[in-house]
Amino acid sequence: MIAVVDYKAGNLTSVMKALRAVGADPVLTEDPAQVARAEKIILPGVGHFAATQYLDHRGLKSEIRRKIAAGAPFLGICVGLQWLFAGSTEAPDCVGLAAFPEICERFAPGRKIPHVGWNSLAIQPNSRIFSGIPDGSFVYFTHAYRAPVTQATVAVTDYGGPFTAAVERGNVMGVQFHPEKSGEAGLQILRNFLNFSSPELPAC
Amino acid sequence: MLTKRIIACLDVRDGRVVKGVQFVDLVDAGDPAELAARHAAAGADEIVLLDITATHENRGTLLSTVQRAAQRLFVPFTVGGGIRTAEEAAAVFDAGADKVSINSAALARPDLIGEIGSKFGAQAVIVAIDARRVSGRPISEAEVFVAGGRKPTGRRAVEWAREAESRGAGEILLTSMDADGTRAGFDCELTAAVSAAVQIPVIASGGAGTAQHFAQVFREGRADAALAAGIFHFGVADVRTLKAELVHARIPVRYPC
Repeated sequence: MIAVVDYKAGNLTSVMKALRAVGADPVLTEDPAQVARAEKIILPGVGHFAATQYLDHRGLKSEIRRKIAAGAPFLGICVGLQWLFAGSTEAPDCVGLAAFPEICERFAPGRKIPHVGWNSLAIQPNSRIFSGIPDGSFVYFTHAYRAPVTQATVAVTDYGGPFTAAVERGNVMGVQFHPEKSGEAGLQILRNFLNFSSPELPAC
Repeated sequence: MLTKRIIACLDVRDGRVVKGVQFVDLVDAGDPAELAARHAAAGADEIVLLDITATHENRGTLLSTVQRAAQRLFVPFTVGGGIRTAEEAAAVFDAGADKVSINSAALARPDLIGEIGSKFGAQAVIVAIDARRVSGRPISEAEVFVAGGRKPTGRRAVEWAREAESRGAGEILLTSMDADGTRAGFDCELTAAVSAAVQIPVIASGGAGTAQHFAQVFREGRADAALAAGIFHFGVADVRTLKAELVHARIPVRYPC
């Protein structure tokens, strides 16, 4: 079962529809017990980083952390990617999952903000989430804050400078753009996530 | 590089796509869901569905049309026309829209912009402005009209765009009523004036006829996106052909698509 975590940030109809279109049977949930039973977890989200506090209050954050440690594939979309980092200057008091230690920041002034529209990806070879997707493919973004380029970055996009369009480390993945709104390339990314199987975990 | 968006617009009345010239003389142009899918397959970067009847009795028709169109769309999908409250916006989002476009209701009650934005995010709120030049006056005094272009408001388009941004609009959809339906080119001067006044993206609308017109509104009008309806519906230009011509004119677009 694929759990799509609902933390009351925006409209999740499109994500559910796209997942069904690629053959998944997703369950929209805010119940930690249901997340605990999921094989894979998707954290979508549009809007403000502060909305992620709901995950702390509902006990979802600790459950997601536990599932990731147990090897469940995780995909964060948009704010869901930013939440994988330590935090964002959008809501300095909110702590992210901190799977990656960096902080997300607002785009520097000098161009239109938010960054809205189709922009291209510079994809690292061997990334699993981009399997079958040509380098330079276009995907749809809409965001005012962005994650810096880090060791876990597997796709970079340029908007007044490079930023992280996607991260991938083990079973943890995140995309800043909206695969559910990015045409065939986006659907392929969702298929790749659905086909992703957990790496072998050491016995403990 | 961030590309310029080409947006296909469906003006819908009673569940059918129609297209008029300067807001009147409507002609039937087909089924909304089928046309939306066809434009997306041809490379449209976004689809906008504007309900131009927007009478209370037809809200149900609109929601089922939105649902049907959204089912086959995996590009951003905007719905506008007659949305007056955050609850009505919520129903449109539930039916599958990614953004709503609000016009008269935002002018009548500007708090609506923030009410929808706080619940669904600023990226989901487009404020649509229908503007007309005032004869003998500078472009900065172009006036906002409502009620499908029938009613002057006394507000200046540039100022209203700025206020909409400060109230949390994610994008501005600017229609030149002087240019609308003429296929003689966008109002680049008006678009540039609004684009310079705000930091959020501006979608230019009204007057699309040729690829050259799109190139002009991206360069001279400083538009982030351009919208057209009639030229796509009757096969005068499909989106793929338009984009190929824009690549030739060195405008960054999503191509091949």
